[in-house]
Amino acid sequence: MPEGLREILARGLGHRGFLLGGAVTLGFLFVALLSLLWTPYAVTEIDIAIRLQAPSAAHWLGTDHFGRDLLSMLMVGARNSVVVALVAVGIGLAIGVPLGALAAARRGWVEELVMRFSDFTFAFPALLSAVMITAWLGPGAVNSIIAIGIFNIPVFARLTRGSALVVWQREFILAARAAGKHGARITLEHVLPNVASVLIVQATIQFALAILAEAGLSYLGLGTQPPQPSWGKMLNEAQTLMFQAPRLAIFPGLAIALTVLGLNLFGDGLRDLLDPRLRRVR
Amino acid sequence: MNKHFSRVMSAGLALAAGLLLAAPAWAAKDSITMGVVLEPPHLDPTAGAAAAIDEVVYANVFEGLTRIGRDGAVLPALAKRWEVSGDGITYSFHLHEGVSFHDGSALDAEDVVFSFRRAMAEDSANAQKALFEPIESLQAKDAKTVEITLKRPTGHFLFNLGWGDAVIVAPESAEGNKAMPIGTGPFKFERWAKGAQIDLVRNPDYWGEAVALERASFKIIPDPAAAVAALLAGDIDAFANLPAPESLAQFESDPRFTVAVGSTEGETILALNNGKAPLDDLTVRQAVCHAIDSQAVIDGAMFGYGTPIGSHFAPHHPAYVDLTGDCAHDPDKARQLLKEAGHAEGFEVTLKLPPPSYARRGGEIIAAQLAAVGIEAELIPVEWAQWLDQVFKNKDYDMTIVSHTEPMDIGIYAREDYYFDYKDPAFVAIMDKLNGASAEADRNAILAEAQKHLSKNAVNGFLFQLAKHGVWKADLEGLWENSPVQANDLTEVRWKE
Repeated sequence: MPEGLREILARGLGHRGFLLGGAVTLGFLFVALLSLLWTPYAVTEIDIAIRLQAPSAAHWLGTDHFGRDLLSMLMVGARNSVVVALVAVGIGLAIGVPLGALAAARRGWVEELVMRFSDFTFAFPALLSAVMITAWLGPGAVNSIIAIGIFNIPVFARLTRGSALVVWQREFILAARAAGKHGARITLEHVLPNVASVLIVQATIQFALAILAEAGLSYLGLGTQPPQPSWGKMLNEAQTLMFQAPRLAIFPGLAIALTVLGLNLFGDGLRDLLDPRLRRVR
Repeated sequence: MNKHFSRVMSAGLALAAGLLLAAPAWAAKDSITMGVVLEPPHLDPTAGAAAAIDEVVYANVFEGLTRIGRDGAVLPALAKRWEVSGDGITYSFHLHEGVSFHDGSALDAEDVVFSFRRAMAEDSANAQKALFEPIESLQAKDAKTVEITLKRPTGHFLFNLGWGDAVIVAPESAEGNKAMPIGTGPFKFERWAKGAQIDLVRNPDYWGEAVALERASFKIIPDPAAAVAALLAGDIDAFANLPAPESLAQFESDPRFTVAVGSTEGETILALNNGKAPLDDLTVRQAVCHAIDSQAVIDGAMFGYGTPIGSHFAPHHPAYVDLTGDCAHDPDKARQLLKEAGHAEGFEVTLKLPPPSYARRGGEIIAAQLAAVGIEAELIPVEWAQWLDQVFKNKDYDMTIVSHTEPMDIGIYAREDYYFDYKDPAFVAIMDKLNGASAEADRNAILAEAQKHLSKNAVNGFLFQLAKHGVWKADLEGLWENSPVQANDLTEVRWKE
């Protein structure tokens, strides 16, 4: 629906939070993509002789305790955050949405099962469970993706079911039924398109949460492993150097805060733009 | 009733006020809170290899016949004197009078015989049984005299009896020492808040010179950043070995603290699995050796604190031979050697890293150095329990970084089934020769030969001698600067007036 998209974009230009959040998010994604092609220095390049250097023309943000270029590490760290968050939210969407849609379409014991499973997973604080899962499967980027992904499943399952139930009550569903369409087809053709906007908004917010979770796990040493840099790990390593080189903690800290803030603003803006009820109010 | 109550109340208040007023006056001056990195698994030094046990109880709670002093010298402890027969076979130890254990039972020669028999027994849990291996027989001559007969003259026997693994325990309490250690030392065990701290109190019935401190607490602080913060905040008075070398400069410039950088017995090595391809090949091990730049590891991981070593031997020992030049950092030569060994394309290995920063940080640096010659090392961080199980017990590793902190432990290379999986009859022969020698000059010559042999065979990557980074309050004195044994000996610690 290009009409709708154009309309949304047009209104988006007038939404300050959406613009700001979108700009930060785009910048973050650009840096992550750029790091695939180019970084000022290789992040695995350890040169003890130039460790803990202050920002200079050669090293814009200075070097860390191994003489690695801080800017390059932040760039690659952004990429690692994106990959972890993208895949983790993808897992949540790929498993959570069909489960929720199934629950809404079938009702009965299927719904009970899906919802009780969601409640069960939800009962554990997400980061704590992620710690448990990585402790069990072993630390590493892949396992932290799985851990964060698992806790995205119930979020999307619940949201999809709740939103889909509303859609199932609508007249056009009744019409589709009368036309002889079966549940799966109705879900694909009518229900999912109508809940998509809610899911997109939620996915943006989950993306921000996943980045935070990845940073948290890496900070604890359970996420991305060396020699790959990660914002959380950089914070951890900077901890005992707080007095000698505070910038080692400040820059990754800022990167995390800015990215999460940007994604949240972006998500909030999207919700304002996509939510039909808000649209009507305006 | 009411009147009585108020009188009790006021008396109680007065007492409380008195205590409150009095408390700061003395509490600050005769107690100490030490920070330690690792929590001991239990408190029986005769039943575990963990250095964390000795760091709490050695010389404080438990004593042996001899003890190791701050400079590494053998000093009399429970034995006030001893005679050695001319052939070096028979030792007669004379015990101090009036020594009692913390439960009140008296120490006699039978306790010594019991302790050593227990350590030597087939089912003994002692982690250093080799210390007692030379003992042929034990006999209590009378209540205060023990005679020990050796199989052969053993040069370091008196030193060995000074280890924490050779302390004297009582038959009545030995089994309970893990949770409730009962020794003869100047401090008694009081309380162990698991995961937090261990408290000791002065033993009023101590046989020797009374200690200056009334109480001593060991606070367990595994996190380097928390350790620094606790020192700065005054929560702890001393860290015998601060796990954050990067912070030493900051403490040095702070007049409230004393920084003492000393030596330890910790040879920090890149241990190689000599029993597993491709590291079972001498040429490959030599390539690894030339690929490594120890100085970069010292600078990067330890912020410059540490002394490079070329073999498994402490530089401050008289028998030390400097072999650091034998295997200089030379990536070109390393690549050449790899090519000769048929690994021109390099290979992949695992590098398991226990928690200390020398391992975690050192591992990243070494992985980069290995990568420069084509060896891809996968870094696997492990906790100590996993390390002991996977690496130490089951040899499930290619490379690992660890510091061997026992004194004079070059003999581990002769051990069968040790985790290096280094089986070399020639080295075992050198160690046998060492055990047979008692003259200092002969022993030193043999030790030199042993060091060269290990270096020549590139058994492990020998990195550096771990430094001891002591930080404590400036008005505290008597703590050890070096650690010739794993210990936090508090017997001479006091606050300056």
